[in-house]
Amino acid sequence: MSAARRDADRLISSGELSRKNDPDGLDSTHSSLDAENSSCVEFEVEPERYELSASPIYRFELDRREFFKLFGAGMVVLLFADFAVAQPESGGGRRRAGNADHPSDIHAWLHIGEDDVITVFTGKTEVGQNIRTSLTQAVAEELPCKIESIRFVMADTDVVPFDRGTFGSRTTPDMGFQLRRVAAEAREALLDLAADQLKVERSTLRISEGRIVRDDSTESISFGQLTKGQKLVRSVSNQTLLKPAGDWKIAGTSLPKISGREFVTGKHLYTSDIHREGMLHGKVLRPSALQATLGSLDVQKAEAMRSVKVVRDGNFVGVAADDPLLAVRALDAIQVEWITKPQISNAELYNHLRKTGGGSPFVESSPDELKFHEGELKLRRTYRIAYIAHAPLEPRAAVAEWNEGKLTVWTGTQRPFGVRSELARAFGIPESQVRVIVPDTGSGYGGKHTGEAAIEAARLAKGAGKPVKVVWTREEEFMWAYFRPAGVIDVSSTVRKDGTISAWEFHNYNSGNSGIRCPYDVPGARTEFHNSESPLRQGSYRGLASAANIFAYEVHVDELAELVKMDPLKFRLKNLKDARLRAVLETAAERFGWGKSKPGEGRGFGIACGVEKGGYVATCAEVVADRQSGAVHVSRIVAAFECGAVVNPEHLKNQIEGAIGQGIGGALLEEIDFENGRILNGRFSEYRVPRFSDVPEIDVVLVNRKDIPSAGAGETPIVGIAPAISNAIHQATGERRRSLPMVPDRSRA
Amino acid sequence: MNKGLETIVALATSFHPARILMPRITELHVNGKTLKLDVEGERSLLSVLRDDLQLTGTKYGCGEAQCGACTVLVDGVATRSCIVNVGSVGKRKITTIEGLETNGRLHPVQEAFLKCDALQCGYCTSGMIMSAVALLQRRPNPTEADIIRGMNGNICRCAVYRRIITAIQEGARLLQAREEAK
Repeated sequence: MSAARRDADRLISSGELSRKNDPDGLDSTHSSLDAENSSCVEFEVEPERYELSASPIYRFELDRREFFKLFGAGMVVLLFADFAVAQPESGGGRRRAGNADHPSDIHAWLHIGEDDVITVFTGKTEVGQNIRTSLTQAVAEELPCKIESIRFVMADTDVVPFDRGTFGSRTTPDMGFQLRRVAAEAREALLDLAADQLKVERSTLRISEGRIVRDDSTESISFGQLTKGQKLVRSVSNQTLLKPAGDWKIAGTSLPKISGREFVTGKHLYTSDIHREGMLHGKVLRPSALQATLGSLDVQKAEAMRSVKVVRDGNFVGVAADDPLLAVRALDAIQVEWITKPQISNAELYNHLRKTGGGSPFVESSPDELKFHEGELKLRRTYRIAYIAHAPLEPRAAVAEWNEGKLTVWTGTQRPFGVRSELARAFGIPESQVRVIVPDTGSGYGGKHTGEAAIEAARLAKGAGKPVKVVWTREEEFMWAYFRPAGVIDVSSTVRKDGTISAWEFHNYNSGNSGIRCPYDVPGARTEFHNSESPLRQGSYRGLASAANIFAYEVHVDELAELVKMDPLKFRLKNLKDARLRAVLETAAERFGWGKSKPGEGRGFGIACGVEKGGYVATCAEVVADRQSGAVHVSRIVAAFECGAVVNPEHLKNQIEGAIGQGIGGALLEEIDFENGRILNGRFSEYRVPRFSDVPEIDVVLVNRKDIPSAGAGETPIVGIAPAISNAIHQATGERRRSLPMVPDRSRA
Repeated sequence: MNKGLETIVALATSFHPARILMPRITELHVNGKTLKLDVEGERSLLSVLRDDLQLTGTKYGCGEAQCGACTVLVDGVATRSCIVNVGSVGKRKITTIEGLETNGRLHPVQEAFLKCDALQCGYCTSGMIMSAVALLQRRPNPTEADIIRGMNGNICRCAVYRRIITAIQEGARLLQAREEAK
């Protein structure tokens, strides 16, 4: 038993779990990024920098008495960090060892109440990926119990265990795994308790649908009856056995979305729907351009308006008023001049990225020397990827209120604890004085990692002395959120006439290093990621850079196949050893009917595959393309996807279909146009996103590997779509489109 | 702008022909009830529904009638409430997502969205359902092309489009079955 675990156990047994918060300045022990890097998986020498943040370490907010006070008597099962690492832990960050004053972090906990309600606590956020459903299945499977008896409390920093954030497709492999262990421990604890209470052999008892059943009689007892009046605490041991996926009855099925009814009736309250007594509506004065600073400011007229409160703090200027229209008018009444500075524009972007991509923080070389041999065919190509916006349909929003120095903020973010830190830093208060609550959110796609709206609402609420709601406009969302990085990728390679790739050199400027390693078996390969100076603020986007890197290598590989006049599928299989990737390729090709027929006039077929975050995808596309106008319509997509054991087949298919639809945006249509610090197309009438008419017939094939632990699936299915479409366009028109988006602006009708 | 959308925008803009000073509004007919309130006529219908009447099922998405998240029915016509001044609504009857259930029973289109898992984050769902309800009133048996044309002004960033098409087809079937059962 580790020291941390021992300490924690001792504290639990004495009923003295500490509520101390950050007594020794945790930030100072945790600010080093190196600590984060040291625990990263083998290949990722440096995780993508925008996933990085000096996250606060968990501290245990509730002591045992408070816990039972809040949730009633019953049983609590805790999972400690040192037993959570059988699979990579959430976020992979360094964890502080526990000591007598503050026990080591707890990853998850579950409470079984006298009313038979099983409450599960997790710091993960629901943003449409349906983890509220899949995690419920994981718990119901292991206990087992009825779905309806489970309640999830998610992403409320005062009551859930610390979590680094909901990103990187980590919920299923980490939190899903951990909660299964918690539920399995609860099962064992309940059986122990029942054997004791009923004075029977434990082996004569089993659990069915939330009740302990005796083999030798018709008697049964519910969880609530069993734990009535008790205050039991149990922590997960490393002996607890989990059910193998092959035996799953509840996990592995297509359970419908939990609380789906709330959504189709409009009853679910997103952040922007939350109302507090006396609440004002806030607006923030935005600079005229990125990086602009405040010149002159006159707020007299605005201050004189009825019910309007103006708040100025450094470069921050905002207003709060009784209704949103008054707030807009007050903002309009402010006289302001901004000092702007010249900035890189879209037209200079790619040269700029290459020019500033000096150092090489990330290099990977194969053991063999990279050589370009005589007599082999050589290819050098450049691929470009534009900045795109997440444009989640629910824009950033927050409702903030102060109560005797304690700040509570409701906001849609993928990093509730990260936003809590941002707020604590912004206001110079301890994190214990900040509570962040994340209602199930109107999507994120990697775009809601930061807490701008939360800070703005909190600042206005502080100034106004009342709760304040801030909801960004669509234009604010386009201009002041962050973008998926743009990138330039240079690929040089050689291929033997028999179709063997013999050398590979890959340079990515700015996109990032996710999925950068070519999965093909090449004896001499060199891969480099170059950090560049980004003229726009950039951050995570579904799949991170893997969508860019896989676009580049999958189009490049197609070009190599063309060079040696081989079928693109045969060429890939010839150079590919990875059995899981081969399997999805063959599955997708078979379903698509690859090689069985020729496309009609003006049509083309394309194929691509990729692996990232434990997910394997192959995508086949059929397109109708017009060389003259540049217009492209995707008519059919077949995707095969494998991510280990499937937890919820219907929701997995939904994610894959969604990734394909969204991927069509980045592939064909979406591009941020900017000039001198101004976004030129920052609204839906100017920034073309996929609509009903863009989405093809989609056929998804799930490859269910029950023998492999489940990986996440929200991201990787997006990576195959752009290269498959590009390769199909080539077959239709003979033309290679190497820049995303692939459809020229004038043809994006 | 795509063509399906133009019709909707034309309908919506017909409610506020010019920036004339609008009188204050003291009542609105929403979901079968006459509601008392006191707001400036220049406020958007969307904001009044959400911020004054707490009918928050109708969502803000873009403020320029491009995404359809704010769709409500005005006298049965799908209308983008974000570009409608509340002062121009008059005595017209407004139906929001909250008004679709009857006696606790879901509207067939709501049922169909659940059945087909036609949502992920759910933020576009209210607007999708309201637009679909209006579409099915015009075309009880829509073809796939009808649905694509009729719904093209609604954005789902989770891109659940195929499932929404299936759900609308299913909704049409359920709606007819319910009519026949009457």
